[in-house]
Amino acid sequence: MKTIKPLLREPRVVIAGGFLLLLLLIAIFAPYIAPKDPLEQDLMLGNMPPVTSPGAEPGYYLGTDDLGRDVLSRVLYGSRIALTVAFVAASLSAVIGTLMGLAAGWYGGWADRIISRLVDIWMAFPPVLLSVLLVAVLGSGLHSVIAAIVIIDWTRFCRVVRAETMAQARLDYVMAAETIGFSRSHILWREILPNVAPVLIAVVSLEMGIAVIVEAILSFVGLSLSSDIPTWGGMIAQGRQMIHQGWWVFVFPLIALFATVLAFNQLGNGLRKALDPVMRR
Amino acid sequence: MTASDLLNRLFMAVLTLMGVAVIVFCLLRIVPGDPIAMMISPSATPADIAALRAHYGLDLGLPQQFGIWFMDVLKGNFGTSISQRRDVMELIGERLPATLELAFAALVFGVLAGGVIATLGTLARRTTLDPALDFINGLFLAVPDFVWALALVLLLGVFWPVFPLSGRIDPTLSTYFHTDFYLIESLVTFKFAAFGDLIAHMVMPMLALGLPLAAIVVRTLKEALAEAMVQDYVLLARLKGMSPLRLVLQEALRNAVGPTLTLTGVQFTFMIGGTVIVERIFSYPGLGNMAIDAVINRDLPLIQGIVLTFGAIFILVNILVDLIAGWLNPRGAAHG
Repeated sequence: MKTIKPLLREPRVVIAGGFLLLLLLIAIFAPYIAPKDPLEQDLMLGNMPPVTSPGAEPGYYLGTDDLGRDVLSRVLYGSRIALTVAFVAASLSAVIGTLMGLAAGWYGGWADRIISRLVDIWMAFPPVLLSVLLVAVLGSGLHSVIAAIVIIDWTRFCRVVRAETMAQARLDYVMAAETIGFSRSHILWREILPNVAPVLIAVVSLEMGIAVIVEAILSFVGLSLSSDIPTWGGMIAQGRQMIHQGWWVFVFPLIALFATVLAFNQLGNGLRKALDPVMRR
Repeated sequence: MTASDLLNRLFMAVLTLMGVAVIVFCLLRIVPGDPIAMMISPSATPADIAALRAHYGLDLGLPQQFGIWFMDVLKGNFGTSISQRRDVMELIGERLPATLELAFAALVFGVLAGGVIATLGTLARRTTLDPALDFINGLFLAVPDFVWALALVLLLGVFWPVFPLSGRIDPTLSTYFHTDFYLIESLVTFKFAAFGDLIAHMVMPMLALGLPLAAIVVRTLKEALAEAMVQDYVLLARLKGMSPLRLVLQEALRNAVGPTLTLTGVQFTFMIGGTVIVERIFSYPGLGNMAIDAVINRDLPLIQGIVLTFGAIFILVNILVDLIAGWLNPRGAAHG
């Protein structure tokens, strides 16, 4: 509980965290919240504007797309893919990146040299191009999107954890633990990892925002998921095509995407500030 | 940075680029889908297909394919594009100038806008404007180029359609050019109608790429300026009665530029990566847009060429940044 209190004092954590919690509930209970079936087409009701505009169809609050599908329901359902990708991709990249970073930072020598070279090579790829390439290689679908994000973004965690581990390794408590006679691996897992964790949690939150964007980009390019599954990126791409007929198909998923990315970002920065012992002092 | 440091860096750069080459090559050999199947006509006989396979070297073993490909790459020969049936280097040569012009325009915009706002913010220290500026900048920092591009499509393309939504130049104007650096050529040959049209097409993708950069420049430069403003030499200049604006521009800025420059360089590489999706959104005929088409068409030689070109640019920019940082701050370089 000692760590929770300073978190609640940071307004960014409370507001952004609250929003994301709400989004999570929406994603889980989408079938009960959404007014319509997000896949149900009604060509008679194509391109209906939102309720505030004249000529709107009652019951379709945010209008319909060209196939007559309810935009509101599709945006609500879109949160499912966005959050699934965010949580799974960020957690997996965190695990892989942290293991590599700990190995490089704590054992040094050859492990560090190889891992650092690998990170250098990875950083020479333009990330968007690499993700498009990977999804083309792996085939489209949710698994491929997640795998592509993990393959690209483990380096973020690796670099942060490596630097943090090296900084921790120079501190007195590590030397004390060595003097007592704890084994190298014991010190790594029981002493250093818990002290690296606060920084890690903030990076995980930032990475979730990045994962949401990458999924949207891949959907936008048309490589992520089949058009049967509503995604924000897919809706934005669809709305971009018919932007002169109706702005609403484009705008509402874009707002959802923007708010979600902003929330993950603010949560991450807020967490970093609240958990960072140096900045707290 | 000494000469041996530089040589070391260059050696490492070549090693990194070779790593990129190996990874791209391996990745593309596991691509499902046959590139040959996408280029043949339905009436092709098995013999035709085999001949094509042999022509592109796809009938050899993987190590042999890599050996041949790598020797060719060293000679600057990336092969023939499968989807466009033209030399890959030629295609890249046509598209790269568009991307470079866009990236440099965005860099100039980001640094100038960021620099001006950071200076104004520093002048407004300890007023209510300062936290407001930090808050807005915090929001700008959170918005990636992809979202900017889409928001701009909506604002400046649809609701208030002042700029053209797609392309690089009006097709009727594009026939006059002798090089692919349209912007530079139109400027030096005084073709102002074409220049204006190029700029109008460039504004939105440039803003999408430049605004996130500007936000980073604001944050870094403002922090560095705040630090510099409390140094003794700045206080002394202030005591001598120097005006606040001159104080910032003449005294503080000189010492705050170093850290900003390093970070700007790193961000510039990210920005070049961002051109891929931004070009796509605005149908801007650059390298990134061609890259996505190449992936969709499974055009292996073209993908390899483009990824290596991007990799080389990234590594080059990083080395340049190190060189400039070392030149600006010789003490730091001696330690590092």
